[in-house]
Amino acid sequence: MNIGDAAPSFELPATDGSSHGLDGQPTAVVFTCNHCPYALAWHNRLLDVARDYDGRVRVLLINPNDADSHPRDSADAMRERVEVDGGWPAPYLRDESQSVARDYGAKTTPDVFVIDAGGVLRYRGAPDADYEDPSQDAAWLRDALDAVLEGREPERAETEPVGCSVKWSR
Amino acid sequence: MLREALAQEGMDPDSVELVEIATEGDAERQAFVGSPTIRIGGVEVAPVKDEPAGLTCRVYRLRDGRISPTPDPQDIRDAIKEAMS
Repeated sequence: MNIGDAAPSFELPATDGSSHGLDGQPTAVVFTCNHCPYALAWHNRLLDVARDYDGRVRVLLINPNDADSHPRDSADAMRERVEVDGGWPAPYLRDESQSVARDYGAKTTPDVFVIDAGGVLRYRGAPDADYEDPSQDAAWLRDALDAVLEGREPERAETEPVGCSVKWSR
Repeated sequence: MLREALAQEGMDPDSVELVEIATEGDAERQAFVGSPTIRIGGVEVAPVKDEPAGLTCRVYRLRDGRISPTPDPQDIRDAIKEAMS
């Protein structure tokens, strides 16, 4: 999928049993997981984005990893993680068949896709420049969301996703 | 990072042996709990308890509490010193 392409629609179950997909609002789709250190390092920054843009942008966190080879990414483990945290400001969705990750061409966890209200991909890549530096504050993602909300093209439309490879089923 | 730490401690940075863990069986045999795993003289630089062996990514905690895909450099240097003592 390239910048400017229509983002594939989907409907996936969240840890609380609800179902989520693209619904005509600006949306950040983030492929992430439980076990990857890069995903964990960026996690709080992504939740901060969900809180800060609440009501203007939807953030959908999707775990596509194969749970057979990586049990820590199972639906039960996802549910437990959210419960232990007392809930998250964004739904945590399970892509059991990995079809959504495949449709989006997700490479890593995390891998961020910003989609505008018209369903068009406007940004793809990393949340920011450095997983080790919390002060980066998901700046690339925020810049892209601000651009989408203001109806303009993000200055930086594509960056290289950084993280652990998506764990595909064999 | 490892080679740099070895050089800092006066050891040969080229003495690092890379071992590919390609299968779950390899992981079991080597008690490999994730990539990267660094051992100095066979001893883990950041030991973990009750971690199952497997082909996965490894999560480290840096000394300031941040999560990282690699060990804290000071943990590596300490492990080298320990192995040399």
